[in-house]
Amino acid sequence: MTKKPRLLSILDGLSGLMILVAVGLVFFYAPVEVMTGQVQKVFYFHVATAWVGMLGFLVAATAGVVYLHKGDPTWDITGHGAVEISLIFFLTAIILGSIWARPIWNTWWTWEPRLTTAAIVELIYAAYLLLRQGVDDPERRARFSAIYAIFGFFSVPLTFISIRLLRTIHPVVIGSAEAASQGGFNMDSPMKITFFFSLAAFSVFFADLLWHRIRLGKLRAEVEILRINAYSKGE
Amino acid sequence: MKSYLSAIRAVIWKDLTAEWRTRENLSAMMVFALLVILIFNFALDLDIQAQESLSAGVLWTTFIFAGTIGLNRSLAVEKDRGCLDGLLLAPVDRSVIYFGKAIGNLIFMLLVEIIILPVYSFLYQVPVFQTGFLLVVLLGSIGYVAVGTLLATMVIQVRTRDILLPILLFPLTLPVIIAAVKSSQGFLLMIPLAEIAPWLNLLIVYDLIFTVAAFMVFDFVVEE
Repeated sequence: MTKKPRLLSILDGLSGLMILVAVGLVFFYAPVEVMTGQVQKVFYFHVATAWVGMLGFLVAATAGVVYLHKGDPTWDITGHGAVEISLIFFLTAIILGSIWARPIWNTWWTWEPRLTTAAIVELIYAAYLLLRQGVDDPERRARFSAIYAIFGFFSVPLTFISIRLLRTIHPVVIGSAEAASQGGFNMDSPMKITFFFSLAAFSVFFADLLWHRIRLGKLRAEVEILRINAYSKGE
Repeated sequence: MKSYLSAIRAVIWKDLTAEWRTRENLSAMMVFALLVILIFNFALDLDIQAQESLSAGVLWTTFIFAGTIGLNRSLAVEKDRGCLDGLLLAPVDRSVIYFGKAIGNLIFMLLVEIIILPVYSFLYQVPVFQTGFLLVVLLGSIGYVAVGTLLATMVIQVRTRDILLPILLFPLTLPVIIAAVKSSQGFLLMIPLAEIAPWLNLLIVYDLIFTVAAFMVFDFVVEE
């Protein structure tokens, strides 16, 4: 096993620091929104976690394509790690959204395109993990999950469009006129700074986690090989 | 190209002949579909008024459930009797197997639909025999089977295969299901075509994207 790279340790520190600063910005720098009040502060982390969720699924689909091309197991580990991390972040985004929706929409949940799509995305990637669990042969597992990650990523936009054709009340914060009626708002500069800093902080945090997860996956593969060798020696 | 098509035809023909000898897959799908409709009848209190808006949903739920049974079975048979290896040894492009199996599955699904629709129409007086509605049934089934055949080929090689297919298939085919339900509902309620058109477009786009994608990755699914 290789030693923990220096850059990774730096990234650990950096992501911790950035999250702390982001929390500070959210609570002490960003102004309280006039219409919706304190609860609007959820928005900064809600969008940031949702963004990281999407990013992870993009990474998983890309890793899937590269794996099918090259056949290098590292890409399989990357895809698997990205899905695991994003599943948690996306769930966090949904929960944060619920906390916001309760006072603003007067309900924890509504069958609105973004929410419904988010729920479907969670299910797709839960199915991805179930699929992995069912295959014993690592090479086949990698192939199948690469394909499923790609298909999942393709179907999500179509799901979104199809539900969007059905109905929507989710505010489009950036560039929408009727947003205010649905709990949307316009961002002033401190809000924008807080918002984009939170996005950056969570992205760095995601990269850090993914790196750790890839190292863990490689370690696990090594242990597997050691175990097989030990067995064959024992016989 | 000609030999490619005749190879596909051979795969389809093999499936149809095998099915014709036992008829176990089709009859299972059929009885299952009828049972689902029966259950919906009680679960949703389907009387003449209620079914106006619910019919499309009930029909599609029935179709996809029955379709899942058919898909699972159609590929499981290949695996269990070692036929898949035989097929893979055939000196043809692997996509031939995909298209052959997919079209075979599509035929089975359409056969079930062709029998279920008149029955449903008879029971609930729903005007299902319109060109538009039947077109939706065709487009929806194509999308469902295109992804379903690929995933079923994957699932039969997996330890937890009996439970996995619906879990993998339903979330991926959700756009098809929504679009098929909405457009068939549109035709049943005589909504103007302009309002149904976006759903039809969505169905066509989904069918195209996923048939091509499945065709591209099928090799990786059957690789040994």
